[in-house]
Amino acid sequence: MDWQPLVLTFKLAVVTTAILFVVSIPIANWLSSTKSKIRPVLETLVSMPLVLPPTVLGFYMLVAFSPENAFGNWLNEWLGIKLIFSFGGLVVASVIYSLPFMVQPIQAGLSSLPSTLKEASYTMGKSKITTLLKILLPNIKPSLLTGVVLSFAHTVGEFGVVLMIGGNMPGKTKVASIAIYDEVEALNYAAANNYSLILFSVTFVILLLVYLTNGGYFKRYAP
Amino acid sequence: MINLNLKKTLKSAGGNIDLDMQLTIEKGQFVTLFGESGAGKTSTLRMLSGLLKPDSGTIKVGETTWFDSRKNIDLKPQQRKLGYVFQDYALFPNMSVRQNLEYALRKNQDRTIIEELLEFAELGELDQRKPETLSGGQKQRVALARALVQRPEILILDEPLSALDLKMRIKLQEYLLQVHKKYKLTTILVSHDIGEIVKLSDRVFELQNGRVIKKGTAAEFFGLNKTSAKFRFSGEVLKIQREDVLYVISVLIGNDIIKVVADRTEANNFKIGDQVLVASKAFNPIIQKI
Repeated sequence: MDWQPLVLTFKLAVVTTAILFVVSIPIANWLSSTKSKIRPVLETLVSMPLVLPPTVLGFYMLVAFSPENAFGNWLNEWLGIKLIFSFGGLVVASVIYSLPFMVQPIQAGLSSLPSTLKEASYTMGKSKITTLLKILLPNIKPSLLTGVVLSFAHTVGEFGVVLMIGGNMPGKTKVASIAIYDEVEALNYAAANNYSLILFSVTFVILLLVYLTNGGYFKRYAP
Repeated sequence: MINLNLKKTLKSAGGNIDLDMQLTIEKGQFVTLFGESGAGKTSTLRMLSGLLKPDSGTIKVGETTWFDSRKNIDLKPQQRKLGYVFQDYALFPNMSVRQNLEYALRKNQDRTIIEELLEFAELGELDQRKPETLSGGQKQRVALARALVQRPEILILDEPLSALDLKMRIKLQEYLLQVHKKYKLTTILVSHDIGEIVKLSDRVFELQNGRVIKKGTAAEFFGLNKTSAKFRFSGEVLKIQREDVLYVISVLIGNDIIKVVADRTEANNFKIGDQVLVASKAFNPIIQKI
């Protein structure tokens, strides 16, 4: 069995989740505290990947990143970045595609905290950053965990966007979900089953661990 | 001395209130803001501490201007030196009692204050506990101790005792008075409890619809000067009943209901739910153990 697609899938998921974690905290923090009029617009944009067919997203990214177009050309000429049919392109696409799965749990967690917590911190002379890092985030650990795991699992399960923008290049963009499709097309059901079973088991275990942790199951048995 | 002169339109469920607040508070005083909910008490405290921005006006504390809409001065909450005790205590759930206090330390501040406050608030044995495991009274003491860590000159107490039972409340009232004196604070309290106000405050401001409608010493305020201060209790009118030519007014004082006889003109002055003072001048009350 060729392990490459699976390795690539989890590499993509880890990189995507790490980037999303860093990017989503400021976005979620802003969304949960702002009264700005553009907030609904930004919330909508963040949530779009939830309802949009992945192929739509993939199609527009394909068009935008293509060296035939101004933006893709600029990326290619000036920064030497080629996002089409490359691992970098998959990461960018996955970050956008999984954004709501990270932003929404964190935003919900932050909104659920009483506003007096941060106000108390401000009256003690603490900056917004200190307050976020030392007071707000430590008190929404379950939300952070949910965001991390959902983004990870969602990236693992990604198909449409990856197919559109990544193509099917072994070792570069051929992730497990695409490999499965490939094997089925080649009537190679045994190999498809191997990939599928591994993805199924891994995602099941990950989600189970989250529910057990957030449900306090481990705490009950901790010393 | 604190000088507030603030205007702010407050949006509330019952429509907008135009807050127009003039307050002068002398240094070292214990002051109470009193009034119905929605009168603007908490908003005034939030504007003083920088958590809510006034539409216009000035806030001066001593020689420093904290807010001046004309000169575009608006100090951040972080720059205003005051201690704030929130109604819900706002203890940080992820930190122990000791860590809650330590978090409040300023950079390079002497840590001995932590031990001093833990001891003073009788929290020494609880210092490793998380807030969720504490009782209401204990949480309140942590919140108060934490507000004092930075040695503020102004202490703000937003209905600090309203969630506690009577016994704990009386104990903490004593404690608040001690804190006020020991740390030479200017204390601003929001309270509904007349007994508490009389016990604690030097001056009382009554607020209604965003304005100060009455001010004075606690004694003047609740008409205590008119009586000889020998025997008096505050309570709430439960029932006004006519008995032939007289009226009998039932008043709830603590957990006891007592009946007071009144004539018609007196009875007409009261309605059910009124806060009243029951006092006696002419005779000495009998006191005995039960």
